[in-house]
Amino acid sequence: MHTIRHRGLAAGIATAAVLGLAACGSSDPQAAGEPEAPGEPVPLTMTVWTADEAQLALFQSIADAYVAEHPELVSEVTFEAIPFDDYTTSLTTRLAGGNAPDLAWILESYAPEFVQSGALVDVGPVLEGTDGYAYDDLLESSLALWQQDGGLFAYPFSNSPFALFVNTDQVEAAGQPSPAELVGSGEWTYDAARDIAAAAAEESGKQGLVVRDFDYKVWENLSTIWDGWDAAPWSADGATCTFTDPAMVDAMTWIHDATFDDGAMPGPGTTADFFAGDAALTITQISRASSLDDSFAWDVVPLPAGPEGRQNVIGQAGIGVFAQGEHPDVAADFLAWFTNPENAEQLAAYFPPPRESLLTAEVLGAANPLLSEDQLQAVVVDGITDAVTKPAHPSFAKLQDTVRAGLDPLWTADADVEAVLADVCTSIDPVLAGS
Amino acid sequence: MTSTPVAARPRVRTARTRGSAAQRDRAVGYLMVAPQVLGTVAFVIVPLVTVAWYSLHEWNVLAGTFVFSGADNYERMLADPGLRDSLVASLWFSVGLVVLNVTLALLLAVLLDQKLPGTTTFRTFFFSPVVVSLVAWTIVWGFLLQDDGGINGFLASVGVEGPNWLRSGPTAMLAVIVVQVFKNVGLNMILFLAALQSVPEEVQEAARIDGAGAWRRFRSITLPLISPTVLLVSILTVVGSLEVFAQIDVLTGGGPGNSTTVLVYYLYQQAFRFNEFGYASAISVLLFVIVLALTLIQWRTRKRWVHDEV
Repeated sequence: MHTIRHRGLAAGIATAAVLGLAACGSSDPQAAGEPEAPGEPVPLTMTVWTADEAQLALFQSIADAYVAEHPELVSEVTFEAIPFDDYTTSLTTRLAGGNAPDLAWILESYAPEFVQSGALVDVGPVLEGTDGYAYDDLLESSLALWQQDGGLFAYPFSNSPFALFVNTDQVEAAGQPSPAELVGSGEWTYDAARDIAAAAAEESGKQGLVVRDFDYKVWENLSTIWDGWDAAPWSADGATCTFTDPAMVDAMTWIHDATFDDGAMPGPGTTADFFAGDAALTITQISRASSLDDSFAWDVVPLPAGPEGRQNVIGQAGIGVFAQGEHPDVAADFLAWFTNPENAEQLAAYFPPPRESLLTAEVLGAANPLLSEDQLQAVVVDGITDAVTKPAHPSFAKLQDTVRAGLDPLWTADADVEAVLADVCTSIDPVLAGS
Repeated sequence: MTSTPVAARPRVRTARTRGSAAQRDRAVGYLMVAPQVLGTVAFVIVPLVTVAWYSLHEWNVLAGTFVFSGADNYERMLADPGLRDSLVASLWFSVGLVVLNVTLALLLAVLLDQKLPGTTTFRTFFFSPVVVSLVAWTIVWGFLLQDDGGINGFLASVGVEGPNWLRSGPTAMLAVIVVQVFKNVGLNMILFLAALQSVPEEVQEAARIDGAGAWRRFRSITLPLISPTVLLVSILTVVGSLEVFAQIDVLTGGGPGNSTTVLVYYLYQQAFRFNEFGYASAISVLLFVIVLALTLIQWRTRKRWVHDEV
């Protein structure tokens, strides 16, 4: 028994040492280079958070064409779908286990964390050096989040603008003006949207304005509203809390009152799915248009203007190549293929690309039959111009949880907005200071 | 004399045979326990040692850093208000769960120990949640506990305005405890039921003849005789209460505020959300020590309250 125990300990220490060594790595960023043909073709893996069969089939067809073109480099490309809710956690767990995918989708909020960590290789030189890639066609504004020290650590393959979907049946039934008309007359403001939402909710007995996926947990989705107030959770350098700035206090007061005074937004613990007809208005990404059917009449309009004007907001996703992967050079070469102008045009069916030449109502219209060219021009093409992304930070996961917990006291009818936001700053100051 | 060597040979053979038989027995014995021992080594001892080793390091998965930091993680635990809050939440959860679960399980077992029609149906009814998938069970309860969910709908139908269960600290904790109690009370009920049915009828009858009432018989006869089971159920429930995770993750995500962020959930956040695997390992060691200490305390004090140890 003693022997067995000693062996167990020895095995444990040995395993720990091996895992520990596996955990060691360089945090210096590397640049992907020209891929050398490996001894035999290698398999590549890319993790994604979509499980949409049509999208996966498109990825696979693009990948198969690459394998056919470069049989000496790659034997196959596998797309592994991980559910969105646990995506980043699952990805980092894989990294912890020394089982990094070659390429991965990365959500914008976590971009600084991934870019600054050194986990990704600089794919800029490979993309720029690939014949026919037209690197200069990439919108500089869309690359900003993924750049550091002149390097590009992921390609922003999806730039989906946030827009406001309208259940025109419910709005008309409440005798409210059409949001599209208000857009035309320049009166499309958050206050107007709030009045329409409150009236429609009262008339239908359903909900008014739903910020999709917020659910009183994913607070960063509220940025689509507070950007209209020119408010932000922290300073641009990520070092100072700005929840207590007057603009943010005003924006959060507006959200609080719209929820608890007017009933324009659903309260905590109430579920409402716009696409199932449970609400009159919803703020979400344009890519959700595919969830619509003929069960009610609908429209899609740009985000309303706040007191500081209208601010376009996009949700971005990047594709990065992991330094920990076995063949980062080959993976970067595949990325250059996957996102070249021809393939980007195909991918535009689902993911608005960061390429200026492809951001036209004609190109996007061919792939989005549900949306008219006018809607695409107003919401997608114009929506990407000068757009900001949702909040991001090198310590985003920690901030996400801390702010979520700090904002919880705000979601009661008699909450003191200013005091709650001051407490939020107190709780996130140490995180911001440590980043 | 000629027969001596002949007589000696079987003795030698017997000793050899005994020796090899004993060796064989030992080999078979080792073979028999090998799966259990190997399993324990691979899935208990190795992870335990590994986690203790990790806890002495600063390990960030994304940055790929794994640096020896000595007792830094343990010092950090002492000054971490989040950890302190999670210990308090765990304490509330454990106390609530143990008291409610053990009391309700014992009550149900006593009620269903009667020889009345329908008791089998009720036993099945209370046991069935035990075999239901934990996550599915919790998701369904999540719908019921929504502000506009089934429970408040029922309360409204009888003229009562229910609270927003999962959105205020005390009711959220209560909800998580109750969901867990209903999930597992059936298992404890069955354990108590088995113990109750092993209480000799003649002892009960003797007490009855001596004029003892039902409550007196339960307190002085039944309870002492089933006390080993009470010990077992208590240990299982206390240890189980410290391991709660899925219910918190699905129902409250640790909120509102941090009111339901129990120790295991806090550990999960540190490791898998914040990528602080070294610090999370130190919290795991703390959890291990707490579970070990509670089990030892219950075990050591059993002589004072377990009357009939099997």
